[in-house]
Amino acid sequence: MVLDIFAIAFTIGLAIAMSLPLGRYMARVFLDRPTWLDRALVPVERAALRAAGAHAAEEQDWRAYARSLLVSNACMWVVALAVLVLQGVLPLNPDGIAGMGPTLAFHTAVSFVTNTNLQHYSGEAGLSYLSQMMMTWLQFVSAATGIAAFVAIVRGLGGSRIATLGNFHADLMRAAVRILLPFAVALALLFAWQGVPSTFAGAVQVETVEGDVQVIARGPVAAMVAIKQLGTNGGGFFGPNSSHPFENPTPLTNLASILAILLIPMGLIWTSGEMLERRGFARMIFATMLALYIPLLVVIVRAETAPPAAVLGVGADAAQGSMEGKEVRHGAALTGLWAVSTTITSNGSVNGMHDSLTPTGGLVALSGMWLNNIFGGVGVGFINMFVFIVVTTFLAGMMTGHAPALLGKKLEAREMRLASMVLLLHPLLILGGSALACWVWTSAPAAADTLGWLGNPGARGFSEIVYEFSSAAANNGSGFEGLGDDTAFWNIATGLVMLLGRYVPIVAPLALAGALGERPTAEETPGSLRTDTVTFAAALWSVVLVLGLLMFLPVAMLGPIAEALTQAA
Amino acid sequence: MTRELSSGLRAVAVTLVGFGVAYHVLVWGVAQVFFPQQAAGSLVRAADGTAVGSTLIAQRFVRSAYFHPRPSAVGYDAAASGGSNHGPGNPDYRDALRQRADAIQERERVRRAEIHVDMLTASGSGLDPHISPPTASLQVARVAAARGLEASAVGRVVEAQVQPPLWGFFGKSRINVLELNRALDEAFGRPHAEAARGAHGATR
Repeated sequence: MVLDIFAIAFTIGLAIAMSLPLGRYMARVFLDRPTWLDRALVPVERAALRAAGAHAAEEQDWRAYARSLLVSNACMWVVALAVLVLQGVLPLNPDGIAGMGPTLAFHTAVSFVTNTNLQHYSGEAGLSYLSQMMMTWLQFVSAATGIAAFVAIVRGLGGSRIATLGNFHADLMRAAVRILLPFAVALALLFAWQGVPSTFAGAVQVETVEGDVQVIARGPVAAMVAIKQLGTNGGGFFGPNSSHPFENPTPLTNLASILAILLIPMGLIWTSGEMLERRGFARMIFATMLALYIPLLVVIVRAETAPPAAVLGVGADAAQGSMEGKEVRHGAALTGLWAVSTTITSNGSVNGMHDSLTPTGGLVALSGMWLNNIFGGVGVGFINMFVFIVVTTFLAGMMTGHAPALLGKKLEAREMRLASMVLLLHPLLILGGSALACWVWTSAPAAADTLGWLGNPGARGFSEIVYEFSSAAANNGSGFEGLGDDTAFWNIATGLVMLLGRYVPIVAPLALAGALGERPTAEETPGSLRTDTVTFAAALWSVVLVLGLLMFLPVAMLGPIAEALTQAA
Repeated sequence: MTRELSSGLRAVAVTLVGFGVAYHVLVWGVAQVFFPQQAAGSLVRAADGTAVGSTLIAQRFVRSAYFHPRPSAVGYDAAASGGSNHGPGNPDYRDALRQRADAIQERERVRRAEIHVDMLTASGSGLDPHISPPTASLQVARVAAARGLEASAVGRVVEAQVQPPLWGFFGKSRINVLELNRALDEAFGRPHAEAARGAHGATR
């Protein structure tokens, strides 16, 4: 246990330490300053931009930026849909996987374009190699989309009387080529060295030592797993994701994966500070996020490493903690660390089955998604926290009797409306979706048989429903996989939730940032609100908890808390 | 709008070729050259060159002369991997715990308190290739008896197979079941065909 605590502290310390130079690098990339990777990457970026057309040079206001973002994402969705439906007849399909059904293809395409990577198909059994490669492509561009949106919003926040926020296509290529690509290649090669397969040969059939036949699926895995983690995508090659030994074979890949989950989300906080030239502001945000992360981490690790009552009940040695759905090489504590890290960053990859987490552990995972702003997804994590900062600034203004101003920019009614809309949409999608599913369940005759949805009885079953909508709304992608989710209802419902949960919290803040950018930056006076102080951090922390978490208390009571309280020894 | 569409489609084409194809080919190429064994799936081969499995993928062992891997919710199917997705309160899960505990107790002839969690629970992937050192120790007596060996001789092979945590603290100590069984075969020869093979306390 002591070693586990040290391992966790080591991992987080290392993540923070690595995020600082990475954040600075990313800032230099977007500020057009020279970096050490330029010689290798700038030519690639230039070639890509040339191929993408001259339009990539125009400056865009927030409306044009948002339009470019939505249209290009829509084009990606169309291509993905075509590939998935036709995968049975397209090349690179050595194991003969059939084309996807229409609602599943709709859902999967939406899922990967929105950086969610919710997978209602089962990994290696559902996709051909070509489709896996196409999903890898989407993992790059969806992550780059998030980073581009982040950069545009930071420009709006920091600019004074600017009419434009940059060019979406230029930002997209820059993010993909100069940030995601080099680190993905390095990580992929590390994974390949450690044993993650990288082959286009089909599954291999072996006769085992005892004479059984075993068909071992493999494929071009290493490349996908690297960007899966770095881009907070989460969609794995195999169904069990990073609990599969081919995606996460050793403690070293486990460490590298957890770092990859956290690095760019953490780094972008520092990047915002560099780009805004307000490092104190960035430090305040980072500290607030840590102050939300660490308590969640402590709770889940304690819950997962505690001797499970069911095991004690059969009289066995329970020192290892809860190991159902977990892997021996990682252990319960590190799986807990992964579970909280993946849900706060809307990554969604797992190295243990979340439906087998303890009720408390499951609640932590849910909380991470309900908040969705503790480091968060690449780009969008900062954006989500930015919305909370706007609200906190407004409340602080109310409390102190000053007109609210953030970083010298006045906040007016329109900005507050946009911020409130974004804030309320998230719980609306989750709670509304869950309510709809419960209504369908209660209306169906003999629901357990006719619908076949829930893998676990009682409160855990309810949690499966809530988790699925939380994961879709937060663009996370993990699941309580006991849920039988490859049905028309789940595919369409979560597909719509993913679309709204992704694009409204990007477009509305773009509008907000556009408006702020047009305003002049006021001089800081002794009376202005300081956002780089402990006081503001404490206020932000409180606002996040009260406005972000409190309204989920009823479903938490009905799900994980009820389960924890009623669990017989 | 047509300009937007044409920009969008060009972005799609460029990124698709770049990241969907070129990136994959780059990684594959380097992996094939520098890490060919791992790239192919870390396959383990018998003396005659045929593949008998992968070091990273658990396979079923039920004979008394071999160490058994963790339970699998998918029957060690490496083309349809998965976990049980049972919550800790699920009655099916609790039944499975009891059945496995009974089976292990009967097969290994040990007290319940000596059975560790990893042997009672299904792994997340269904293909966990490792067991914990205490779980291996549990099986030593049975394996030694089945092979007509001293327990200490088998114990020494087990000891040599323990992989420590990374840098001494990251991850867990573990033993790869397939590699352990092959080490046994190499040291002491393949075991004789078993008289009664039946459904020996299935580790499912």
